Amino acid sequence: MKVKVIVTLKTGVLDPQGKAIQQTLNGMTFDNVSEVRQGKYFDIEVNESDENKAKSQVEVMCKKLLANLVIEDYKIL
Amino acid sequence: MKSSVIIFPGSNCDRDMDVALKKFGFKNQMVWHNDSNIPKSDLIVLPGGFSYGDYLRCGSIAGKSKIIKSVIDFANSGGLVLGICNGFQILTETGLLPGILQQNKYLNFICKNVFVKIKNKENKYFKKIKKEVLELHIAHNEGNYFCSNDELKSIEDNGQIAVTYCDHKGNEDEKNNPNGALKNIAGIFNKDKNILGMMPHPERMIDPFLSGEDGSLFFSNLIESL
Repeated sequence: MKVKVIVTLKTGVLDPQGKAIQQTLNGMTFDNVSEVRQGKYFDIEVNESDENKAKSQVEVMCKKLLANLVIEDYKIL
Repeated sequence: MKSSVIIFPGSNCDRDMDVALKKFGFKNQMVWHNDSNIPKSDLIVLPGGFSYGDYLRCGSIAGKSKIIKSVIDFANSGGLVLGICNGFQILTETGLLPGILQQNKYLNFICKNVFVKIKNKENKYFKKIKKEVLELHIAHNEGNYFCSNDELKSIEDNGQIAVTYCDHKGNEDEKNNPNGALKNIAGIFNKDKNILGMMPHPERMIDPFLSGEDGSLFFSNLIESL
């Protein structure tokens, strides 16, 4: 089954790319954009039919590799 | 003294490091990332570069490579492990050093000489260096050191800050912070000071005709201290 993961920077962690995107959007007349935070999205195909098992495996993957918990949070969708 | 430089796909400062180590008397060997054992060494170096193309996060894939278990075991048994630039990023990704190197604050790749202040000389890496400020070279896109407030307090309390960005007189102000690093941090130790990660490249400052010689001070101290 396919498991989807979103990794985002924790609140308060500087996101210079997000800031640059926000400023660009403002410059493109989207004046009402006050903040952009950039993240990562993963589609993970796991050869496992049990959804709970697959998701708990992906949770371990998130902690060990996909996210760096010093600055990032992950969400399994 | 024996040293080993680990080569990852995308490492590009491995040969510079090899030249520098040999120049100051190390018997250096190159070790491929897909090997599982490291030959007997007094020092292991993780060199600069772009291991695995900087995919996912800088150093994250190298931090799970086959050779890394031997590096971690060596470090945990008290062996000297030096990570320069991408090597520093790998050390934080393995958890051997606290914190992380984020993208530079102003989003630019920085390639220039900088001054760094030595913050702690009670370790083998800086013990006999008489100077307080060294001129070294940096070349990175992700050198913006970050850690939590609790972690910062802990590394400050334990004397784990190794070098900080400053001017030629040693002033560690915002103006001389090239990448937005927390507290101008350019390099840190682990608690036991046997592991050092730093963004500046001492191996690029070993020739008085081409660059400068402050890197020579680093390597000659290292071989004397071992």
